[in-house]
Amino acid sequence: MKKFYQKIEDYVFIIIATLVYLIILLSNRALFVGGLESFWKLFVDVFPVILIVFLCIFITNLFINERQIARYFGERSGWGAWFLAIALGIISAGPIYVWYPLLADLRDKGMANSYIAVFLYNRAIKPQLLPIMVYYFGWVFVIVLTFYMIIASVINGIIVNKLMLPHHKNGEGTS
Amino acid sequence: MNNKKVQEALSKTVTALKKALPDIVGVLLLVGLVMQLDFGKIAKFFTGNSLLDALSGALLGSVAAGNPITSYVIGGELLDKGISLIAVTAFLLTWVTVGVVQLPAEILIMGRRFAIVRNLSSFVLAILVAFAVTLTVGAIL
Repeated sequence: MKKFYQKIEDYVFIIIATLVYLIILLSNRALFVGGLESFWKLFVDVFPVILIVFLCIFITNLFINERQIARYFGERSGWGAWFLAIALGIISAGPIYVWYPLLADLRDKGMANSYIAVFLYNRAIKPQLLPIMVYYFGWVFVIVLTFYMIIASVINGIIVNKLMLPHHKNGEGTS
Repeated sequence: MNNKKVQEALSKTVTALKKALPDIVGVLLLVGLVMQLDFGKIAKFFTGNSLLDALSGALLGSVAAGNPITSYVIGGELLDKGISLIAVTAFLLTWVTVGVVQLPAEILIMGRRFAIVRNLSSFVLAILVAFAVTLTVGAIL
């Protein structure tokens, strides 16, 4: 029975999303079709990134052990880890949620929550999108915003680490 | 390469994939719906009060989802309509750092406390950064 509930729990979010679509189908067919079309377009865009993320998970499981993660991204890894988390966040591609499985896996191996939060925050800075942002808001705004976002990412990492209780450090408390 | 080690790594990866893929598809389904909203009509949410507008911008960005380019286009439109830079900056920031739509998936994969603390902290920081950016840009230009 416990296994059954565990299985249901794994699918609870997609079940809720499907129910939302079914309700919309009954009340607004155009919204239903538009939502599904956008979903498919997003899925096709995101699919290569999902493959890259799972390839990263495979490679980390194969070549990187817990001791190495604790050394480079552990609680006492120092300034290098902050810079590395910032850089990896900036260069990573695709939407933020695609990276959750890899980060959860790395945290199980000893990566500190602060660096995960920094990585996720810096996903917001995308060098390839900067020219478009400059077109709309100008150089000064983009440079100032990027500078403050990097600082905010570190503050975010510190806050997340401070507010995680010791028994939540490795993601326990997951619903 | 040790065959057993490869098999073990592959098995762990498949387990992670099976656990995360339904959540990712669920997020994509909901983001697809959010993308149907007409964000061009959101100018009416802003009052002219800096703090309230920053809060409104941050709230709208938090519930919105999709490609960041869309947020630039909407942000540009809002500036043209006379909405303050503070509000637009808060909107742009929470669009990419806070995710109400993907929060359930973040809770399921990363843990409830982590997801809530990270999103709340990002929300508050977005408002502070919006003020800092606007003041700095104002001082430079």
